[in-house]
Amino acid sequence: MVDFNLVPLLPEIFLAITAMGLLIVGAFHGNESTRAICWASAIGVVVTGFILLGLDWNERHVLNNMFVFDQFSGLMKVIILLGVLASLALSVRYIIQEGIERFEYPILLLFAGIGMMIMVSANNMLSLYMGLELQSLSLYVLAAIHRNSSKSAEAGIKYFILGALSSGLLLFGISLIYGFTGSVDFDVIGRSLMSVETIPQGVTFGLVLILAALAFKISAVPFHMWTPDVYQGAPTSVTAFFAMVPKIAAMGLLMRLLLDPFAAAFDQWMQIIYFVSLMSMIVGGFAALVQEDIKRLLAYSSIGNMGYALIGLVAGTAEGAGAVILYLFIYMIMTAGTFAVVMCMRRNGMAVYKISDLSGLSKNSPVLAYVLLVLMFSMSGIPPMAGFFGKLVVFNAAVDQGYYILATLGVITSVIAAYYYLRIVKVMFFDDAVDAFDKELPLARRVVMLFSVVFVLCFVFKPSPFMSMSLSAADSLFSNAAIMSAPAGDDAQSLEPAAG
Amino acid sequence: MIDFPILSIMTFLPLAGVLVILATIRGDDEIADRNTKYVALYTSLFTLAFGVFMYVNFDGSSAEFQFVERSSWLKPFGIGYHMGVDGISMFFVLLSVMLTPICIISAWDAIKKRVKEFMIAFLVLESFMIGTFCALDAVLFYVFFEGVLIPMFLIIGVWGGPRRVYSSYKFFLYTLLGSVLMLVGLLVLFAQTGTTDIPTLMANPVATNLQYWLWLAFFASFAVKMPMWPVHTWLPDAHVEAPTAGSVILAGVLLKMGGYGFLRFSLPMFPEASAYFTDLVFWLSVIAIIYTSLIALVQEDMKKLIAYSSVAHMGFVTLGIFSVTTQGLEGAVFQMLSHGLISGALFLCVGVVYDRLHTRELSRYGGIVSNMPRYATIFMILMLGSVGLPGTSGFVGEFLILMGTFQADTVIATLAATGVVLGAAYMLMLYRKVVFGPRENRDALSMPDLNKREFYILLPLVALTLWLGVFPTMITDKIAPSIAKLVNDYETHLVQAGLMEPESKIQLAQLEMQKAGENN
Repeated sequence: MVDFNLVPLLPEIFLAITAMGLLIVGAFHGNESTRAICWASAIGVVVTGFILLGLDWNERHVLNNMFVFDQFSGLMKVIILLGVLASLALSVRYIIQEGIERFEYPILLLFAGIGMMIMVSANNMLSLYMGLELQSLSLYVLAAIHRNSSKSAEAGIKYFILGALSSGLLLFGISLIYGFTGSVDFDVIGRSLMSVETIPQGVTFGLVLILAALAFKISAVPFHMWTPDVYQGAPTSVTAFFAMVPKIAAMGLLMRLLLDPFAAAFDQWMQIIYFVSLMSMIVGGFAALVQEDIKRLLAYSSIGNMGYALIGLVAGTAEGAGAVILYLFIYMIMTAGTFAVVMCMRRNGMAVYKISDLSGLSKNSPVLAYVLLVLMFSMSGIPPMAGFFGKLVVFNAAVDQGYYILATLGVITSVIAAYYYLRIVKVMFFDDAVDAFDKELPLARRVVMLFSVVFVLCFVFKPSPFMSMSLSAADSLFSNAAIMSAPAGDDAQSLEPAAG
Repeated sequence: MIDFPILSIMTFLPLAGVLVILATIRGDDEIADRNTKYVALYTSLFTLAFGVFMYVNFDGSSAEFQFVERSSWLKPFGIGYHMGVDGISMFFVLLSVMLTPICIISAWDAIKKRVKEFMIAFLVLESFMIGTFCALDAVLFYVFFEGVLIPMFLIIGVWGGPRRVYSSYKFFLYTLLGSVLMLVGLLVLFAQTGTTDIPTLMANPVATNLQYWLWLAFFASFAVKMPMWPVHTWLPDAHVEAPTAGSVILAGVLLKMGGYGFLRFSLPMFPEASAYFTDLVFWLSVIAIIYTSLIALVQEDMKKLIAYSSVAHMGFVTLGIFSVTTQGLEGAVFQMLSHGLISGALFLCVGVVYDRLHTRELSRYGGIVSNMPRYATIFMILMLGSVGLPGTSGFVGEFLILMGTFQADTVIATLAATGVVLGAAYMLMLYRKVVFGPRENRDALSMPDLNKREFYILLPLVALTLWLGVFPTMITDKIAPSIAKLVNDYETHLVQAGLMEPESKIQLAQLEMQKAGENN
């Protein structure tokens, strides 16, 4: 299986070269070149996407089995690149408006993107850690990029300290796993766990630490505390990026980790994910009810959404994993559109964030109001919007495996969540108008909104391509994975000779 | 027969109208508003024309689903796009396509702000309503069923009265909570049977112990929608605050979705659970009938009074449905259709005087028979229809229901019959206070009579109320085969489960002989 072919790594390599080349350009031309670098980065992302699509998507293990390229990582990378592209498009004008026009900004986005692409392709604890840290370090800087704003600095510091703590937990967990299984290679870990009767306590302990660290990255309860503060403090374009992309990468990583090497420890991690998922839904739902700041509200909304996505993981089936991918994809598109609207909340050149600032938006800027209306109904999972189908597939995966209580509590929290999404609609449509927002609506933002709304509205007419894609990607995750808990019996034994 | 997808055309035609409005009409001046109204009106009239065409081509002697369409939709899950109507759902589709143009005309002058949005919301609503009644796949049904919430939420919230925010939230969250529980039930059903195709599920009920839970999950949704006591409290609020057209469609069609759900899901898919919970439904219905009738007696707000009367009338419907007798079920369907016409028209009548005086308080009116004779006449016919006077459609429904319920449970039927008396009491009181009564309010006495537009939108509803009262077979003939099949299947399942008396085993033997005969 060992393969020193670098072809599956081409997208990452190309993106890295682009980023470093642009860094040199930026270093010579300074901040005046930011705009050009933004667009060049966007083009770089698009080209990377085409390279990715041009690759052979059959499973390949390269770099001494540290890096795997299969349908799952391919699809996740496409989603990540789309997210990075949307973030770049949303940022271009915004960073000029906010006076944070630094040439490092788009380049950091690219580096974070590379980190995330490595994360979803990691097949080894070390490549996992490297990808994760490349991503995290870029994100810490991005959160604090508004140097003159104390809130942004606070967000950066907070994110960095807690992020560093979670990285520490992750490393400790990895070392425990290494100690008890003798390897950092996913395949070896998977085989050795498969071959033992009961999972050693040390492995469980390490797994808990790793899960805690990753729960931090996807901001799942009880490791969510940083999210509202960082979302609020960071510049909105950065918040949009945080809400969309890193979570998807971290979820991708989590899925591969749990469903591949730790498949044998299903009973152990299932309980944790079950709890985390349930708590995220509840906390996300209730805490958002009382928020006044739209960015904090979206932070809690994202916490809740991660809870729903995790339901699919609890199911532990290929169907569940496919549901998670679809859910995340739809969530990302809705988030992109939502933040495009939030960025337009400016009065006299100053950004405003209060929900009450949206009062009567339907009179002043009907386009923005209708975009947000569609997205809010979609977020609350009302058919026929796309958000409903995201929820449908995850709940279906859970119910299919007999998790009736989780599904029931999930739908009930979705009703609670519907309340605060409705509140935004209410403020925009039922309340009296206040001062209008600035009329400026940059083209890139308009494109993101249009794409997002059209996708959300039209998904109902042609849902099956997306569903089949996510399902077949999830299947590829299972093809080399040890077979899951339910049918464990026979298949697990047939795998054992390979382990020996 | 028809060889084009008439149901899909009817479902998506209103959406096409929305696209036309969005694509062609700019600005919000008077001309744009008028154009919008005309596009909306013509779209809904076209849809109505298709509806009539469907009625004419419907084969009333068959209990099978007709105009069936199938294509793939959620392919990886094997969930398909499946449409079709039988005798029961066909009339609900007709009711929807008939009330929508009436609502649009009734809103012609009453809605002054955001006309374009209002018309779009109504067309979207129409599309979802038709879809709900045509869908033969449970997930597709759910999409339409819950999608209705969006336009209705906006209609109440944007164009409603002073407490519109509270009412729209209450409406939305109550119904959503019920619906999501049904969604879980639906997914469990899917996990157990591997299909969400309604005809397949109707033919093959799931295991008995599962039925109880699923029945409750579906009940949560339909009982809220219906609405049944004690989850009816959203309805008076929603009715009072909604604009006239919104109330009409709410009372006329949206409430019927609950009853339709019982007929389409609860009875055929969970027969044993339905039998098990019959007493519960009976008692809830009787409480609803008596309790809400008493509440209606003391209302001061005209819309609230009619809203409570709706709850009482829907109580009769649930009685009829769960009596599971041919008469009871026919009566329930008939009562739903008749209530759709009558209460819709009653809300229009309230809208007529509200437009003139901007109040719905009973004490502000009185003695208007002298200055509004035409209005008084129409209101009287509708009021008597609501009371259930023989000769109006209201009588047929109530009579059949009581007849069916009497066979199932004498005590319940007797208690329910008192509701008829109470119904007469509050409706006559309403009529006396508004139309007769002391001639004290000068402004009420100077109101002009119905104008042409108001007269012509009420006319078809009044005519149908009378026509169906003397000629109910127009409906009952076409629904009879579907009802007979429903009752037969239900009893067959109960007999198989050993829950039914031997006398109906004879029915079963007859049924089997019939089937054998058909095969030969």
